[in-house]
Amino acid sequence: MSSIILVSLAMMALALCLAFARLYRGPSLPDRVVALELFSAILVGMIGLIAIATDVPSLLDVAIVMALMAFMATIGFARFLERGGPRDD
Amino acid sequence: MIELLKNILILAGSVFMLVAALGVLRLPDLLTRMHATTKAATLGASLIMLAVALHFAVEAVVARAFGVILFLLLTAPVAAHVIGRAGYFVGTRLWSGTVKDELRPNYDSVTHRLSSHRETDANAAPAPGESDEAG
Repeated sequence: MSSIILVSLAMMALALCLAFARLYRGPSLPDRVVALELFSAILVGMIGLIAIATDVPSLLDVAIVMALMAFMATIGFARFLERGGPRDD
Repeated sequence: MIELLKNILILAGSVFMLVAALGVLRLPDLLTRMHATTKAATLGASLIMLAVALHFAVEAVVARAFGVILFLLLTAPVAAHVIGRAGYFVGTRLWSGTVKDELRPNYDSVTHRLSSHRETDANAAPAPGESDEAG
């Protein structure tokens, strides 16, 4: 595993921590959904990096499924919010 | 050469992701946070998938990597639109420095319909029963 990949993985781990801070603090539910979406994008990148580091191309399938699940979850949360989530105003 | 290009792509992608996470933590309200995550995180993941395609350089893997990029580019705007719409309906507060919210006076929060306040009988919105798409 080259040092470039290690540095990039460290940066992405830091990014995951920052997104988790927003997920924890997020004042409203849509903020938390946005943080979850960011989670999934970072995870797709991390899986790609691990595929490069370990020379296992099948990991890309995991990335595809990750992206698909995140999109579905976002749509589901949005429908839930529109159909009677808690109102703030 | 390929190695150098790959390293540049990996570093750029992870930097963009870090910037997106910083933005989602530091920016003041929902819409600006979405502005950070949707674009920067999508670009970061796409750059890393390009690096994957360069690293393996086999048809099946390249096709899959481009499939991931295409899927991210297709779904990111849709997801952002849907979440922004739901957030506006739920009533999340805008940033205190927001200059103008043009949707507020023209939008009926009960029926989720826009109006221009110039409706006549001829161009009125269809009744709820005959509309093609409700809410």
